[in-house]
Amino acid sequence: MPPATGGGLAESELRPRRGRCGPQAARAAGRDVATEAAARSPKRPARGSQRFEAAGRWALLALVTLLSFATRFHRLAEPRHICWDETHFGKMGSYYINRTFFFDVHPPLGKMLIGLAGYLSGYDGTFLFQKPGDKYEHHSYMGMRGFCAFLGSWLVPFAYLTVLDLSKSLSAALLTAALLTFDTGCLTLSQYILLDPILMFFIMAAMLSMVKYNSCANRPFSAPWWFWLSLTGVSLAGALGVKFVGLFIILQVGLNTIADLWHLFGDLSLSLVTVGKHLTARVLCLIVLPLALYTATFAVHFMVLSKSGPGDGFFSSAFQARLSGNNLHNASIPEHLAYGSVITVKNLRMAIGYLHSHRHLYPEGIGARQQQVTTYLHKDYNNLWIIKKHNTNSDPLDPSFPVEFVRHGDIIRLEHKETSRNLHSHYHEAPLTRKHYQVTGYGINGTGDSNDFWRIEVVNRKFGNRIKVLRSRIRLIHLVTGCVLGSSGKVLPKWGWEQLEVTCTPYLKETLNSIWNVEDHINPKLPNISLNVLQPSFPEILLESHMVMIRGNSGLKPKDNEFTSKPWHWPINYQGLRFSGINDTDFRVYLLGNPVVWWLNLLSIALYLLSGSIIAIAIQRGAQLPAEVAGLSQVLLRGGGQVLLGWTLHYFPFFLMGRVLYFHHYFPAMLFSSMLTGILWDTLLRLCAWGLASWPLARGIHVVGILSLLLGTAYSFYLFHPLAYGMVGPLAQDPQSPMAGLRWLDSWDF
Amino acid sequence: MWGFLKRPIVVTADINLSLVALTGMGLLSRLWRLTYPPAVVFDEVYYGQYISFYMKRIFFLDDSGPPFGHMVLALGGYLGGFDGHFLWNRIGAEYSSNVPVWSLRLLPALAGALSVPMAYQIVLELHFSHCAAMGAALLMLIENALITQSRLMLLESVLIFFNLLAVLSYLKFFNCQKHSIKYMGMFTYVLMLAVAAVHAWHLIGDQTLSNVCVFCHLLARAVALLVIPVVLYLLFFYVHLILLFRSGPHDQIMSSAFQASLEGGLARITQGQPLEVAFGSQVTLRNVFGKPVPCWLHSHQDTYPMIYENGRGSSHQQQVTCYPFKDVNNWWIVKNPGRHQLVVSSPPRPVRHGDMVQLVHGMTTRSLNTHDVAAPLSPHSQEVSCYIDYNISMPAQNLWRLEIVNRGSDTDVWKTILSEVRFVHVNTSAVLKLSGAHLPDWGYRQLEIVGEKLSRGYHESMVWNVEEHRYGASQEQRERERELHSPAQVDVSRNLSFMARFLELQWKMLVLRSDDSEHKYSSSPLEWVTLDTNIAYWLHPRTSAQIHLLGNIVIWISGSLALAIYALLSLWYLLRRRRNVHDLPQDAWLRWVLAGALCAGGWAVNYLPFFLMEKTLFLYHYLPALTFQILLLPVVLQHISDHLCRSQLQRSVFSALVVAWYSSACHVSHTLRPLTYGDKSLSPHELKALRWKDSWDILIRKH
Repeated sequence: MPPATGGGLAESELRPRRGRCGPQAARAAGRDVATEAAARSPKRPARGSQRFEAAGRWALLALVTLLSFATRFHRLAEPRHICWDETHFGKMGSYYINRTFFFDVHPPLGKMLIGLAGYLSGYDGTFLFQKPGDKYEHHSYMGMRGFCAFLGSWLVPFAYLTVLDLSKSLSAALLTAALLTFDTGCLTLSQYILLDPILMFFIMAAMLSMVKYNSCANRPFSAPWWFWLSLTGVSLAGALGVKFVGLFIILQVGLNTIADLWHLFGDLSLSLVTVGKHLTARVLCLIVLPLALYTATFAVHFMVLSKSGPGDGFFSSAFQARLSGNNLHNASIPEHLAYGSVITVKNLRMAIGYLHSHRHLYPEGIGARQQQVTTYLHKDYNNLWIIKKHNTNSDPLDPSFPVEFVRHGDIIRLEHKETSRNLHSHYHEAPLTRKHYQVTGYGINGTGDSNDFWRIEVVNRKFGNRIKVLRSRIRLIHLVTGCVLGSSGKVLPKWGWEQLEVTCTPYLKETLNSIWNVEDHINPKLPNISLNVLQPSFPEILLESHMVMIRGNSGLKPKDNEFTSKPWHWPINYQGLRFSGINDTDFRVYLLGNPVVWWLNLLSIALYLLSGSIIAIAIQRGAQLPAEVAGLSQVLLRGGGQVLLGWTLHYFPFFLMGRVLYFHHYFPAMLFSSMLTGILWDTLLRLCAWGLASWPLARGIHVVGILSLLLGTAYSFYLFHPLAYGMVGPLAQDPQSPMAGLRWLDSWDF
Repeated sequence: MWGFLKRPIVVTADINLSLVALTGMGLLSRLWRLTYPPAVVFDEVYYGQYISFYMKRIFFLDDSGPPFGHMVLALGGYLGGFDGHFLWNRIGAEYSSNVPVWSLRLLPALAGALSVPMAYQIVLELHFSHCAAMGAALLMLIENALITQSRLMLLESVLIFFNLLAVLSYLKFFNCQKHSIKYMGMFTYVLMLAVAAVHAWHLIGDQTLSNVCVFCHLLARAVALLVIPVVLYLLFFYVHLILLFRSGPHDQIMSSAFQASLEGGLARITQGQPLEVAFGSQVTLRNVFGKPVPCWLHSHQDTYPMIYENGRGSSHQQQVTCYPFKDVNNWWIVKNPGRHQLVVSSPPRPVRHGDMVQLVHGMTTRSLNTHDVAAPLSPHSQEVSCYIDYNISMPAQNLWRLEIVNRGSDTDVWKTILSEVRFVHVNTSAVLKLSGAHLPDWGYRQLEIVGEKLSRGYHESMVWNVEEHRYGASQEQRERERELHSPAQVDVSRNLSFMARFLELQWKMLVLRSDDSEHKYSSSPLEWVTLDTNIAYWLHPRTSAQIHLLGNIVIWISGSLALAIYALLSLWYLLRRRRNVHDLPQDAWLRWVLAGALCAGGWAVNYLPFFLMEKTLFLYHYLPALTFQILLLPVVLQHISDHLCRSQLQRSVFSALVVAWYSSACHVSHTLRPLTYGDKSLSPHELKALRWKDSWDILIRKH
């Protein structure tokens, strides 16, 4: 807080309450950050009671924090079964405890923290987290829920402090804190084993520390300045480490920093060396430090998860060699491909998987009705193929034949081991990519036709060379049509078990989609050679895991004929998410924002845009504002603008996203929206009070307004609290239900 | 009034000869041998069919943009007297004699030719020298890709023309209108709005003007930049819908109401139907979502198989499906649950929102039913069947509550075509829904219908509308069957208002997603900047004469360089100005900023959005952005010469370099000429010599 606050307060009391006092003075006050606070602080005795005042502020903060903790921890253990996405994140926490490798579309920090919380609270990682509704029984889950609730509870004091700093007004901060404390949505989302409370904790921490270091701007390079700056960096790393949504807060801090630096650069009283120091400090704290921390979380992630697990198949062969228990770990396999070898073939493009076939035919109307060939990410017997010569069907494993190696440019046949059908292609269009040819399994017991012949080529090699397992990048070219075997990466519909499409592409452009490598290799006639040269470096696995995450994220596509949540549903609180229970006998929890809070937020955004543009135009037209109004306008434009930017950045990018979206994606934006509401109403009420100053009860307007907003929110929480704390009994349409009359929108189903 | 009798009429013409010369050269380069080749070239095959639709007045829907561009092309066809009879099916097909190739290609060519003098004027209006302006125009003139693209029946040249016109108009600050050809035109429009907004903001800050004056200024700008484009945009659609009044191949995409407003097609069937659905009405029900294919609620004699392939059981009752063709089995009778009659009483009792109904299948007289049995392909939803009483303890659950989704009030009547309704099952609150899955052989590959238990929100796949409708009159089943087979009667037509039709058409254009088909010549935006790709447009059927969309590589590379130089210089100036070092005089600085905002901004808004697009992209999508780069090039050159060359000597050397550079561009342009006009057959050796980049695909015949 600026040191000028106390002095400024006294000063403001000396000014006439109303009336166009000297325009010059007023404008100067408007520009000056320090006196800005002065113009708008509540009336109070000027001296002597400062210590009392400070104590009061601390007490208020403590009260807000206490209330937040109380609401979040109340009935935390209920329901005693898995709710909604706990099934994923709880499971992933268990993976860390068991140290088995898995794959998820989010960065690891959040799940690692959940795992750590579970570990410290005595959870042993044995619960399976199979599906929502499963009872926890004797397993200890309160540690993980408690940890999430603990972080979730900090959101309220963080928002309180942020608003207090932006608006220098206790009432605005209190209003924000009340909106968030009494929002059933935030409450529900903080009470379960989810990533969201962790993510929001870091986002709000970043916002708070950014605002704090902004207000330390007049004392650069002091200890608090360094503290808040580096804390911003740490929180950014945390936010990004939990979910990629953290990028939005990074963007916000980035924009703020650029504006800040631009301001410093234009300050001619600072030497270029000082500006350079500022720049270096920010690069260190906001780029280098977060990157280092973020990388460190991955390092820990890879270190902890050292055992083979369900996520192996998503990663390249080299990556898998790191995992103990994986068949490539300290692998010892024959080095060169020979006829008769049993192999798995993996696409080089990340997250495509292994060439796969199974005893299901393509449905009628989709190419020829032959056996499906797909790619599959998981390890499976159906991924095994046998390399055979194209012209003989004799068993090359017969000991009387000499070993014959496969060479670059050879014509081969690939026989599917489980079904004895040959990899086949022909002039039929592929199921999804219409301009490619279909790839099928054809023939009986290895006898097919000339469409089963493929030429095997190693990329960038000369003819006649042997083909190395794992390291050779191979292409399979169909002999008859001249097309190249590839995977389009598109997900087949239900008939194809949602595996990925394999096609033969007539376009010979070299893309990773049509390049493969041999991963497993079994040939009893060849000596096994230990292949330990494979170990990829840390930057390589870091890059690869990011590519896999990005592909995984963009793979989550919504399906036609399914209802999906749309971004425009969110701010109007159109529809919630069922956390637990469907029928009237179940214990039901429904994630839905407190409609009073949410609709107030929505109204406030519109009101803010309106009042903000009026004030901005007035200032641009050079209107002479009285000191008090100028101060309030600055709060509205600067403080409100910061928060509005946060809301915009955390909301609008979702409109551009192609992936499946859920209601809970809106909650970070909702935090910003609530802060805006706090600032807006406080400022507007103060402006009202100022405008009606001649009226005797004018000062009361502000107090009454804030109080009624606070009480209204609290009352609405009293009405809607069963959404978060659990409902039993008939559904809300039933007049007998405790929630009867509260189903204000038909689209809410609780 | 009679003044001309007293004084001679004097016309003083102020002719800028260079402008005339540029126009002349532009016309020459674009119009020379315009009818060659006399065959369908590349995307002409795509736009040609729309021209034919215009000529035949058949309704169509193209998601690539508003209809203005298509209309411009069609105007050419209209002027040339084209009757629309040509089968646009193959690139390279020879035009028959009834196709007026010259007039069809004329308008795009004119637009391309006029872009040349327009570039000259824009650079002049940006207050750069006559020499720079000439440079910009000459670069436009010799740019091979622009020439190729303008000489064919394609839209890009028209789009570029209007883009430049908008920039020029705004600069001249007269009637600042903006037209939209493709949705890409939007980008330039947004840029203009942004520039105008910045200017307006400065205007607001100008305290020498009175409030009223500022208000009038803003109002005028709002009218010119917002109202006029919107009105024009609506006008194009209005003309489009007026012109195309016959039903055609894209009918199926539109709603029943829209289809009924077109001549022929559905309108022929639905004319004269009673408006209000009553108890006893015979109806066909179309799914509003209509994906994967538009279809109607359907049932037939066959039953669900006792056991499915995966071992689950069914109710073995009569199948209910969604069928994409007109069929007598699509007819259903709306029955009043309280009465037994299947005919409309007199007077008819209309069905209202919230009423309980039964839906009886016309041909089998079994009623629509759903129950707690898993659906064949979507096991989380309920099976929907026509109820057969097997006398096992499985009672009929055939009551449905009608919900009109687009109701005005809660007492609304169910209307043919116009009402969108949901059927909510009374016993289980499941909603009748098209799941989108195809049934296997036993269901004749028709689409699966399910009862969705967790009706999470509104989705169009749960919404239905009545398409065909008549009041049933026959008591006897035999008689009723005959009635169902007979076509509906004729009477009045139901016309939609223009706005309703416009909104629907606009919405469908935005959401319609054509298959992202891979194309041999598709490319990614990154390849465009360095011209790493080309498109083979046409190959002579016998010789190796060919047309390519291939740019002048010197211009492309230097355009990108100029952009980079502009960005770096601007950053440098900006940083120095911030430290109060003013390298440029104020007017030069403002000129530099405005030129950059328009040219570099124009490039950015016409290029960067492609990175977000998921559709198939081609090199020609880059041409609008390229024109802005070409405009920027002389601006940067002049700036370097004026402000960075310190001595006269440096300036002369620089001018000499520019001349040398321009001659090399001319040389490249000339070398690539055979691929631009396609008029000369080159030998394989010569063709190989033209393949300057490995990624260029130049066709060489094998002998």
